[in-house]
Amino acid sequence: MTTPSINTWAKVLAKDSDALVKDWQREQKAAISARPDLMTDSELRSESVEFLELLLAAVDDGASADISAEPWAPSREFLGDISRSRATQGFSPTETAAFVFSLKQPAFALLQAELKNEAALLGEVWSFNVIIDKLGLYTTEVFQLSREDIIRRQQAEMLELSTPVVQLWEGILALPLVGTLDSERAQVIMENLLQGIVDKGSGVAIIDITGVPTVDTQVAQHLIKTVSAARLMGAQCIISGIRPQIARTMAQLGVSFEGVVTTASLADALAHAFRLRNLHVSQPQSRS
Amino acid sequence: MERIPILKMGDFLLVSIQVDMDDRLAMSLQDHLTDRVVKHHARGVLLDISTLEMVDSFIGRLLGSIATMTRVLGAETVVVGMRPAVAITLVELGLSLGKLRTALNVEIGMELLGSLTNASTEGAGRERQAD
Repeated sequence: MTTPSINTWAKVLAKDSDALVKDWQREQKAAISARPDLMTDSELRSESVEFLELLLAAVDDGASADISAEPWAPSREFLGDISRSRATQGFSPTETAAFVFSLKQPAFALLQAELKNEAALLGEVWSFNVIIDKLGLYTTEVFQLSREDIIRRQQAEMLELSTPVVQLWEGILALPLVGTLDSERAQVIMENLLQGIVDKGSGVAIIDITGVPTVDTQVAQHLIKTVSAARLMGAQCIISGIRPQIARTMAQLGVSFEGVVTTASLADALAHAFRLRNLHVSQPQSRS
Repeated sequence: MERIPILKMGDFLLVSIQVDMDDRLAMSLQDHLTDRVVKHHARGVLLDISTLEMVDSFIGRLLGSIATMTRVLGAETVVVGMRPAVAITLVELGLSLGKLRTALNVEIGMELLGSLTNASTEGAGRERQAD
């Protein structure tokens, strides 16, 4: 690594930083990655100036080419913020990384004009190149991470939203399930339902699977586990919403909900739950 | 040695587990409880495990065997207040304890014990009806 000479290019760039920023901005705008619809000129300019300042300050602090080192911390933080905000704004990773990479062209031009000695020029260009490459890759990395964060958060929200525990009556809970049940979702459902039973002090819980497209042996296993766990806590479970075609496939697969009350519709399940709680529903006598 | 207190309430015995159960403590509970059931002619046992946070297969099986033992001695056992995490653990361990009677809390458990012991004196028909 050409660490001793790391300062020379920085000095050259610092001397002419205003012109450099102008060139750099032109370069960014000319590149196919420019997105005038997402960012204004002035925003781009202030970001460019700030990044260049941080870059030169880091070199002044005696930074080496190892960008994970302490002097690079402000630059990393700044690039991290830029990547994250661009990820949410809808930039592509290439467009984000181009912010850093497009600095190369104008900086090389500047160095070329300044340094006459070819060997020295080559060394400077190389050491500058190494750092810009690493910083550029760093933006892509942060971009990727923030995208993954978004995906994870959405997954968690979906899990939460897809398993609501609702109270139908005092002592009667319902859990309407919509969508495919995989192991992870089944686990969340089980925990939510059991917690709901404790919170509401409900003795009866109805699991409605009208919205579950397929019930195979694994899904049945998950449901049976949930029912068993609820029973251990002292609550009875009813599985409702079994469609004819699901009943047929279950019979063909040899899946059975043994020892579990099952009904075809949620209404039947509610009627059964009323009987369990010793509640009676009756139509009021008409007044005529 | 540490002991889990067994309280007598009328015809029933009340056991509230307030400490971490280790295997030796669990065994001693099982022994003392069966002794007390015989001594007091108890007709029901209420086992409150609402503060129990951890179970293993041994404790899980023990809950089932306590219920079986007291039933042989003429007392129904109702386990109350099992936490969700404990219930999930037992199910994952494959211990569904099908014959164990459970209730959400002590109050409901007492009601259940009352109806169970009434039913057993008035004949088996009533329990069926309640289902």
